Amino acid sequence: MENAFGQPQNVVVLGGSSDIARAITKKLCAARAHTVVVAGRDQARLDEAARDALDYGASRTETVVFDAEDPSGASAAVGEAFAKAGGHVDLVLVAVGRLGQQVLDQSDPAAALRMMNVNFTWPVVALTEARNRLVAQGGGRILVISSVGAVRVRASAYLYGSAKAGLDRLCLAMADSLEGTGVRVQVLRPGAVRTRMTEGLPDVPFTTGVNEVADTALKGLSSAEAVIWSPPLLKYVYMVLRHLPGPVWRKVMDR
Amino acid sequence: MNRQRLSGWGRTAPAMSEVLSPASEEAVVDDLAQADAVIARGLGRSYGDAAQLSGGVVLDNRSLGGIGAIASDGVVTVGAGVSFDELLNVAIPLGWFVPVTPGTRQVTLGGAVAADVHGKNHHRDGSIGDHVLEMRLVTPSGVHTVTPTSEPDLFWATIGGMGLTGVVTTVTLRLIKIDTDKVLVDTTRFACLDDVMAAMVAGDDDYRYSVAWVDCMTRGASMGRAILTRGEHATRRDLEATSLDAPAPAKLRVPFNAPSGLLNPLSIRVFNEAWFRSAPAHREGEEQSLGSFFHPLDGVGDWNRLYGRRGFVQYQFAVSDAEAECVVRAIERLSSSGVPSFLAVLKRFGPANHGLLSFPFSGWTLALDLPVGPAALPEVLDDLDEMVIEAGGRVYLAKDSRLSPGSVRVMYPRLPEFLAVKDRVDPRHQLTSDLARRLHLVGR
Ligand SMILES: Cc1cc2nc3c(=O)[nH]c(=O)nc-3n(C[C@H](O)[C@H](O)[C@H](O)COP(=O)(O)OP(=O)(O)OC[C@H]3O[C@@H](n4cnc5c(N)ncnc54)[C@H](O)[C@@H]3O)c2cc1C
Repeated sequence: MENAFGQPQNVVVLGGSSDIARAITKKLCAARAHTVVVAGRDQARLDEAARDALDYGASRTETVVFDAEDPSGASAAVGEAFAKAGGHVDLVLVAVGRLGQQVLDQSDPAAALRMMNVNFTWPVVALTEARNRLVAQGGGRILVISSVGAVRVRASAYLYGSAKAGLDRLCLAMADSLEGTGVRVQVLRPGAVRTRMTEGLPDVPFTTGVNEVADTALKGLSSAEAVIWSPPLLKYVYMVLRHLPGPVWRKVMDR
Repeated sequence: MNRQRLSGWGRTAPAMSEVLSPASEEAVVDDLAQADAVIARGLGRSYGDAAQLSGGVVLDNRSLGGIGAIASDGVVTVGAGVSFDELLNVAIPLGWFVPVTPGTRQVTLGGAVAADVHGKNHHRDGSIGDHVLEMRLVTPSGVHTVTPTSEPDLFWATIGGMGLTGVVTTVTLRLIKIDTDKVLVDTTRFACLDDVMAAMVAGDDDYRYSVAWVDCMTRGASMGRAILTRGEHATRRDLEATSLDAPAPAKLRVPFNAPSGLLNPLSIRVFNEAWFRSAPAHREGEEQSLGSFFHPLDGVGDWNRLYGRRGFVQYQFAVSDAEAECVVRAIERLSSSGVPSFLAVLKRFGPANHGLLSFPFSGWTLALDLPVGPAALPEVLDDLDEMVIEAGGRVYLAKDSRLSPGSVRVMYPRLPEFLAVKDRVDPRHQLTSDLARRLHLVGR
C-alpha cells in the first residue's frame, strides 16, 4: 500500500529499462517499494533494472517482456505484470518511449507509424488496461513520463513531441475522469535529460541528470499536482515559450 | 453497492471501499460470511489507513448503536458504534464519566478498544482496555463473548488489535463517578523541555490528569518551551454552584479545504508564539468544563481540513523513562530540519496492560502533527523511527500512515503471539485493512 507521502510498495514499471524509469525505481526502492515488476523489450536489460531494484531495497522483482511496436499486446503485458505483482498495485509507472531520428523518420511512413505506436498507441492501450485494474482494486496511482516537448511541439522532433502531446493531454483528461475513484494519474514533464536516448546531443538549457528527474518525480508523488515539471522552473519557462510567435519560437527552439 | 472514498483523519492515501452498515450482530455475521476481505470502521478518527480497505468491504460500525442502563456500580453496555460524545451525553447528567477519553469525543467505543486508546490519566488509570469488562466479538469462526478471564488471549488480541481479530459489536465497561461537570486545573508555563519534563516526573502522580503542550518550533535555549496542565474532577465541595451538563456540540466548521501552504513554518511559529504567551506563568484551581479540558479541539468541526489537500500525519511514539533523552532528540531533529509542527503533546504513561499490540508502556509519549509537503519530512520521520527503535520504543498504530513493515516488527515484538490468536479465529485472514497490508501485519 502507498503511504501518506505517496511512497508505493508494489510497483509496475512499463518501459522499466529506460534510464529515467530506472532512476525513479531506485529511489522508490530506497523509500518503501518492496515488489517491483519491470516490463520492457530486452530481457537482459530488464534483468539489470531488476538487480538495481534489489540493490536499492526491493525484496522481490519480476520481469515481463513486451514489444511496444505492437499495441495489440499491451493489455496482455499489463495483465501479466499485475499478476506477477500479486495483490494491490500501488503505482504504475509508464516510461515507454522512443526519441527516434526525426530527420530520417519524417519521410518514412513506416517509421512514423512506429513512432506513434511506441510513444502513443501502446501506452494508451496499456493505460486503459491499468485504469480498469486500479479502479477495481479501489485505488492506486499512475505516473506517466511525458516531456516538456509535449507542451509545444518542435519541428525538430515533431513525431516524438506530438505523440507525447497526445499522451500527455489524454492523461490529464483521464485524471479528471478518475476523480472520486481513488485512482490518481500524474504526468511528469522532464526537460532535456542526459540519457542513452540523448547521448551525443549537445546540452540545451535546463538539461538535468536522471537523478534530479527522479527526485522531482518522488516529490511530485506526494503532491496533489497533476503535472510534475522537471526541473520545476520549466513550468514558468514554458508559460512564456508556448506563447512565443512562430518565427521567434523556431529561432529559439530549432536552432 | 455503496462505494465510498475513505481516508483517515490525516486525509492521506484515500481508497475506495464497499461500505456496509450492519445494524445487528446477525447482520455482521452475514457480512463476514460473504465478504472476502473486510474491516470495521468507526468515526475515522485514526489518522492513517487503519479503517479503510482498498477494493474490499468496510463495515461502518455506526449502525451498531444502543446505550444500556448504567448500573449503580457504573457498569454499562454500549453498542460498538456509539461515540464517546453520545455516551457522555447520557452519562454526565447522571453523574458518570468515561474512565479514559482520547482528545476528541468523536470516536466510537469500537474504535477506542481497537486502538486501546489512552487519555491524560494513563499514568494513573491505564488505557481503555483496562476498564473493559466484556466485549461481543464477531469473527469468521463465530461470535465470541470475550472477557479478561473467559478468553484472555482473544480479549488482549482484540484490545489494541486494530480491528484485525473481528468486529466488536458491544462493549461493557465501568464508568467513573463524577460530582460535577467541572475540572480543577493547574497550569504552569516552562521555558524549556528539561524543566517541564522534570516537573512532570516530580508531580504527575499527584494529579489524575496531566498533559504538556510543547512548542517544537523554537531553537536554542527556549527549545521545547511548554505549558503543563494538570487537573482533577471538581467535587461538590470545591464549587459554589454545581451542574452536570454534557459538553456542547461544535459551533464552528471549516467549510472548505484550506490551501496547502496555509500551515507553514511562519504561520505555525506565529500561532505557537501567541498561544504560549496567552498561557499564565502559573495558575491554580481554574474551573474548566469537561469539554474544554478533555476535548479542546472538538470546538471546531473538521479542523483537519486546515491542512489542505495533501493532508497531514501525526507521529506519536513512546519510550521508557530511561530513554527520556529520545524525546529531546526527536524535538531537536524536527526543529533543526525546519519541518513545521503544530504544538506537540507530551505525556507520561503508566505500566502497559496485556494488549498484544497495545501502544502504551511506562515512560513518555510525544505526539506531533506534521503537514505533508516538506521534502525532508519522510526521511526525518524514518530517522525518528530508528531513534525510537534504538531506544526500545514504538510508534502508535492508530496514528500511523507511514511506518515500514520492518520497523513495526521490532516495535511490536508480540506480533507473532497476536498472529497465533488471529490464525485461530480468522484462519483465512479475511480481516485486513490498508494499514495491515502496508505493514504486512497479516497474510493479505
Ligand atoms: C483530535 C484527535 C485526538 C485524539 N486523541 C487521542 C488520544 O488522546 N489518545 C488516543 O489513544 N487516541 C487519540 N486519537 C486517536 C483515536 O482515538 C483513535 O484513532 C480511535 O481508534 C478512533 O476511533 P474511531 O471510532 O474514529 O475509529 P476508526 O478510526 O474508524 O477506526 C480505528 C480502528 O478501529 C477499528 N474498529 C473500529 N470499529 C471497530 C469495531 N466495531 N470492531 C473492531 N474494530 C473496530 C478499525 O478497524 C480501525 O483499525 C485522537 C484522534 C483525533 C482525531
